[in-house]
Amino acid sequence: MQELKTKSKKVVSRETGVPSAKARLEALSAKGREGEEGGPEPDKLLTFPHLVLKEFIALMLMSLLLIIVSIVLNAPLEEEANPSKTPNPSKAPWYFCGLQEMLVYFDPWIAGVVAPTLIIIGLCVIPYVDRNPRGIGGWSGIKHRPFAVTIFSIGVFAWFALIIFGYMFRGPAWLVYMPWESWDVHKPILSPGGLVVPLYVGVTAIAVYFGLGMGLPVIFVRRFYQTLGPARYFVTMFFVLCMFGFLAKIPLRLLFSIKYIIKTTWFSI
Amino acid sequence: MEEKLKRAKDKVVHTQVWRSLFRQGWPTTERNRVLTTINTLLLHLHPIKVKTHALKIRYTFCLGGATLFMFVIETITGLLLMYYYRPTLEYAYQDMKDLEFTVTFGLFLRNMHRWAAHLMVLTVILHMCRVFYTGSYKPPREFNWVIGVQLLVITLLLSFTGYLLPWDQLAYWAVTVGTNMAKSTPIIGAEGPFAVLPANTDICFYLRGSEDISGNTLLRFYVLHCIFLPLSASALMGVHFWRIRKDGGISWPL
Repeated sequence: MQELKTKSKKVVSRETGVPSAKARLEALSAKGREGEEGGPEPDKLLTFPHLVLKEFIALMLMSLLLIIVSIVLNAPLEEEANPSKTPNPSKAPWYFCGLQEMLVYFDPWIAGVVAPTLIIIGLCVIPYVDRNPRGIGGWSGIKHRPFAVTIFSIGVFAWFALIIFGYMFRGPAWLVYMPWESWDVHKPILSPGGLVVPLYVGVTAIAVYFGLGMGLPVIFVRRFYQTLGPARYFVTMFFVLCMFGFLAKIPLRLLFSIKYIIKTTWFSI
Repeated sequence: MEEKLKRAKDKVVHTQVWRSLFRQGWPTTERNRVLTTINTLLLHLHPIKVKTHALKIRYTFCLGGATLFMFVIETITGLLLMYYYRPTLEYAYQDMKDLEFTVTFGLFLRNMHRWAAHLMVLTVILHMCRVFYTGSYKPPREFNWVIGVQLLVITLLLSFTGYLLPWDQLAYWAVTVGTNMAKSTPIIGAEGPFAVLPANTDICFYLRGSEDISGNTLLRFYVLHCIFLPLSASALMGVHFWRIRKDGGISWPL
């Protein structure tokens, strides 16, 4: 017995030997590992066991969560698909409910096609327009890049706010129903109409919005423009202004019941 | 007795079979731990050593790994579901009912596939937020961010194509709403601005394989969901993980 103990402390003598249970535990513990690492790279640790152990624990916890959820909650299955019976409302999957909610404020070609395309391209250009070298590799770096963090956070917040509103606060005919309200309650259908801004006013308004949006920072936040350079500045401001433009339509519609800012025969915004 | 066991054990671990399976000894020494990382297919995705700061749970919250794990769960449960599901108008819904009431653990299997899918969409979005807020997309990792965005899009498409397969009212109308958007695409959509194509040749028709959601759509979404999108995701994931290593590993403060 005594002999076994000393052997397990030395861990394994032979290359392929399987050690005792105690040594196997030690292989995963921090004990007795102090001296062995910290050679030329003292801020690094071996992947096995340090990282692998954490990954394994995370994997176990997630499996447990999934198994419990899958036992407790059943995936929805409604009656068989029936093309002649349209449910009211017909909702998209939750992650697209934000886009569906945008349909209240925009025609489908913007809410369903242009907006998602701009979001995807906008996300892809982030690393190429953000020239701020600070804030890599830690959460505390957030304070060194207020502009990037603010814009991104507004986007993420708006995305989830629209999803939550569209998914939880919309009932029949896409009218506002509180989550605790019964959908059987009849509500007057809002008029689909609304103000249509005269074409020249609308075009001028959008031109002014983009013009001032692009121009003012060049004059008043000169350093921002200079660090980015003209190309990066233009791309950044285009996406930023598009995002705020999208979001600005929400109060315009709700407060001033403006349906279209630009209305032409071919398309309306 | 112990002596006998030990001798038996020694015999086993010195056989050619054992040594062909496990090339290094138990990972109790630094050398064997290094070898374990290098010699194991899954572990060799990792570098041999990692920065201590990258090991903190509060840095990554394991979100990328969680997404990969969800993908693996989806692959396994999805593969098992494929044994019981036929993507035709005649059988699709009946097979769902069979899974629910007849197949052993069928309901559990489907539940897990469904919830892991929702969770995957969530973890992939949260992972993107983590990478953004920790500035991890900055040079030299710009292109890996772009691949990540593509993976996000593929994840959404995977979830969306899978949404139709149960062929119930929820599936049918959610996908109707979703694909209707394609009709409004400028130029190539039948109802969009500057439309040039009629409803029977536009982008929405191409997506659905018919003017409305039909058996063609079901088959199309099934093939996309089970073959095309998972393969694309796997390929991009390979590049995504490879590039993490090539870009110097997980980001750290400069």
